[in-house]
Amino acid sequence: MPSIIYGGQSYQCKEHESVLDCMTAHDVTIPSSCRAGLCQTCLMQAVTGKVPEVAQIGLKPTLAAQNYFLACACYPEEDIEVKLPSPGVGKYSAIVVDINPLNADIVCLELSVGTKLKYKAGQFINLHKDTVTARSYSLASVPEIDEHLHLHIRRLPDGQVSPWVHQALKVGDSVDISDANGNCFYIADDPDQSLLLIGTGSGLAPLYGIIRDALVQGHRGAIKLYHGSKTAESLYMSDELRSLAARYPNFAYTPCVSGHSVPHGFASGRAHDVAIRENQDLAGWRVFLCGHPEMVATGKRLAFFAGASMRDIYSDPFVSMAKV
Amino acid sequence: MSSLYEKIGGEGAVNAAVDIFYRKVLKDDRIKQFFDGVDMDKQASKQKAFLTMAFGGPHNYTGEDMRKGHAHLVKQGLNDSHFDAVMENLGATLMELNVPGDLIAQAAAIAESTRKDVLGK
Repeated sequence: MPSIIYGGQSYQCKEHESVLDCMTAHDVTIPSSCRAGLCQTCLMQAVTGKVPEVAQIGLKPTLAAQNYFLACACYPEEDIEVKLPSPGVGKYSAIVVDINPLNADIVCLELSVGTKLKYKAGQFINLHKDTVTARSYSLASVPEIDEHLHLHIRRLPDGQVSPWVHQALKVGDSVDISDANGNCFYIADDPDQSLLLIGTGSGLAPLYGIIRDALVQGHRGAIKLYHGSKTAESLYMSDELRSLAARYPNFAYTPCVSGHSVPHGFASGRAHDVAIRENQDLAGWRVFLCGHPEMVATGKRLAFFAGASMRDIYSDPFVSMAKV
Repeated sequence: MSSLYEKIGGEGAVNAAVDIFYRKVLKDDRIKQFFDGVDMDKQASKQKAFLTMAFGGPHNYTGEDMRKGHAHLVKQGLNDSHFDAVMENLGATLMELNVPGDLIAQAAAIAESTRKDVLGK
């Protein structure tokens, strides 16, 4: 009889009893709905122990790769420790290595983590200003390429954390960060698949990480990035992206300007509109959307209508949270 | 004698159908307003559950779940004409996937059996 460890307690799981049934039988409430392995309301993560494959049917590969599973479909064959999917349980101490302006509003915060933090480019960490205030920022760095963690942080006038990063934080300071979370990252399961990445503002951060991760892992399919903003000046890292495009023939970079003044070398229009206009058949593509919540919602619908499967559309997991 | 779910093609068939069906529903002028502002990922999971049930697959939805799940839409005016539109999209999806007519009829009958509960009658 395998045991399930949850919240520091051990529970004996009977034969033919799912993790969800076992928890319910012990008066432990786990969110659930269809109880048939479909709706994914009872999503949990295995900390230790192996989860049967059947408990991961239907999950996005990025979630399965992180040992997420459906509690209602999980009949443990060995002892497992499980938790609810909550971002940033573990904390790490990091040292500020650099704060480098990318444009007038956005800086790249570089952090060095003493303990090796396991992450994938495009995931996010929570940056703690103090014990009660933290905000999520996506990782633009790639573990195989970059020595430090890179976060692109846009200054929001009424923000809690971003003005502190821009004004108060200094090189050498120590800050607390969380584990990396989120399922918006590259998976090398199909190196010939075409990838479409659409981002606005500092939503470029995870995309910049995902693109370089894909390239370093030898992705062969087309990788098309559309980065948009109102003005050409508020786009950033254009030089790096242009030189990346010059180096990798399968990578194309299209900076998009939605305002009136569109300089030479920039596409006119909103990033998601330009991207869909230039790529009208997205059947079989994988799509990544990061940035303004409205753009992400609209872009998701447009990409789906253009033929991308819902399972192949990834977005910034915390778009619904105000990035302040 | 294999079940309807097996004959249609099981989970593979559901996965193939869900994108086609959900796309049809979202593009359908008669019903798309009911999906405004809905989280697309969560909705796709629900569509998958619905299709699994219609295909005779494993599900634990009860009539009461159907009532509760659609009560807010009934308040917004969900009626028989909208249910008919969904049925039509279901049939068209299965035809597009070359499912034989007799199996489509069986799936449609299962979906049809939820009408009263979905519409809160």
